[in-house]
Amino acid sequence: MIAHSIFFYTFSIIAIVSAIMVTASKNTVHSVFFLILDFISISCLFIMIGAEFLGMIMLIVYVGAVAVLFLFVVMMLNVAQQKNQWFASEDSSKHIPVGLIISTLIFVELIIVVGGWKYKPDLFDINNSIETAKVSNTHALGQVLYTDYIHVFQISGMILLVAMIGAIVLTFRKRAGVKTQSYIKQISRERSDGVSILNVESNKGVKIDD
Amino acid sequence: MSSLIKELRLMTEIGLGHYLTLGAIIFSIGIIGIFLNRKNIIVILMSIELILLAVNINLVSFSIFLGDLTGQVFTLFILTVAAAEAAIGLAIIVVYYRNSGTIRVEHIDKLKG
Repeated sequence: MIAHSIFFYTFSIIAIVSAIMVTASKNTVHSVFFLILDFISISCLFIMIGAEFLGMIMLIVYVGAVAVLFLFVVMMLNVAQQKNQWFASEDSSKHIPVGLIISTLIFVELIIVVGGWKYKPDLFDINNSIETAKVSNTHALGQVLYTDYIHVFQISGMILLVAMIGAIVLTFRKRAGVKTQSYIKQISRERSDGVSILNVESNKGVKIDD
Repeated sequence: MSSLIKELRLMTEIGLGHYLTLGAIIFSIGIIGIFLNRKNIIVILMSIELILLAVNINLVSFSIFLGDLTGQVFTLFILTVAAAEAAIGLAIIVVYYRNSGTIRVEHIDKLKG
């Protein structure tokens, strides 16, 4: 139990500090790296409390794909010139009190919910753990995911497909003056397009390319 | 003295409340990030990712501590939607940068909103 709490506090402090650094860091590339650190520590927490599959998926999807996508976009766009200033002008800093008030309110509401949960512990039966089922987390998740939630699973696949097509269509552009192969032209070329047989008279020759 | 020991025991014994508090803290940091950030719109997208992460923490901890697997299934779908959202959002940002040359938040006012 002591080890559990030590690991929990370590990973959650790392997660909170790196989440603060994501929003507060002046350099956007540093924010992406802190986002990666945040995801890694949260996935360690997930693995620790017994959701191994989700922790691993989180590592693969977020750290392997999403964060690298962010990194590519940050490096592709020219955001380096603005990295040394927090606010562009004075009047944009008037958002600070509004943001602090709203986030503090939301935090207090969430904490009130947590406190209510703590002082009413018999609301749900906490003791029916998944561990009694004698299967691993991945096994149990697969058994539910491919039977009860198969339609939602298919729909999430469709969402990914639509997102892929949308991203490609959005960023695709035709450039002028780029020479590319045209397979249709190559395949549909006939013999009569390329070769012509002439009857050459002697001592006169043939004029080509006129 | 005994109340102090009880508090200490509550702190070391990690329960559902600890994970929910962690989720609340990260959610609030994400909202602060959306409001305070005036640099570029990529950091706002990252704050949205933080908020989704906090939601995932809540769902997974409820799922583990209540013994119901539905929370983890929904976390999987949230992960899918978050990945799709990040891809589409970054594509929109790239197209906007190509057209207007800036992604600063206060300069993005074409819609006059």
